Amino acid sequence: MITGLFFYLFAAITIASGLMVITARNPVHAVLFLILAFFNAAGLFVLMGAEFLAMLLVVVYVGAVAVLFLFVVMMLDIDYANMREGFQRHLPLGLIVGGILLVELLVIFAGPGTTIGVADVDLTRSNTQQLGDVIYTDYLFLFQLAGMILLVAMIGAITLTMRHREGVKRQSIALQNARTREETVALVSVENNQAPESILPNNKSESKVLR
Amino acid sequence: MGTITLFHYLAVAAVLFTLGAVGIFLNRKNVITILMCIELMLLAVNINLVAFSTHLGDLSGQIFAMFILTVAAAEAAIGLAILVVYFRNRGSIAVEDINVMKG
Repeated sequence: MITGLFFYLFAAITIASGLMVITARNPVHAVLFLILAFFNAAGLFVLMGAEFLAMLLVVVYVGAVAVLFLFVVMMLDIDYANMREGFQRHLPLGLIVGGILLVELLVIFAGPGTTIGVADVDLTRSNTQQLGDVIYTDYLFLFQLAGMILLVAMIGAITLTMRHREGVKRQSIALQNARTREETVALVSVENNQAPESILPNNKSESKVLR
Repeated sequence: MGTITLFHYLAVAAVLFTLGAVGIFLNRKNVITILMCIELMLLAVNINLVAFSTHLGDLSGQIFAMFILTVAAAEAAIGLAILVVYFRNRGSIAVEDINVMKG
């Protein structure tokens, strides 16, 4: 009974915030509603007994992807009001296609076999332990492939967004290491009450080398 | 209220997937919103996989949901990076302005 109550709560908030994501005028609000949808979907996952995936959803989606979206929305200087024109024009077509898609999906899902209850969950071991058992044995290579995908995505994102600016002073370690004592230090005998010749104003080239 | 069966979860996922599809129709000009709609659709797919995984007592569905999560994160990172670079070069990310390749 209490599970049913929580299911309807999480499902209602997930769908409502999904609706707000696609209709919000302000994209920042859309991202925040996306975060709310992810949180409530994580609640649904917990109800289904997939605790590890629920936590993963919160960490990966809310902690990384949604924040990334928020950064990009706030960083780019875009006229979002201008982008909403055509919303009314595309609404009928969208509703027709969406209605057909929804009816089709529900007809398929309402077919035989989907009214089964939950299979017996192994309560002696946690969901995380059970997942670990299969990830590191049966799905080891797929797991490593997922890591490679993340590495490629990381390197790709860095190389895409990195740019070299001209005229910026940078430290060149090779140049620093290539300096010798001869071009850096000079031994000058200084007369009494007289500046050494190398730092007099009329001897600029010499003083530049000595600096 | 009755007991919650597999169909309830599948219905939620179907509604969420439809919302994502409709959102792509409605926000044709805004690439960022389109990317968010794709994330919604991927979330619906994940709910489907986890629902079947739980109700059939087979963990493979949860493993696949995890891989979809990984790919979705990579896709979002690359997509947003492309978006940032495009905005830096062209000063606009409106969909109708993205026509350099005349595709």
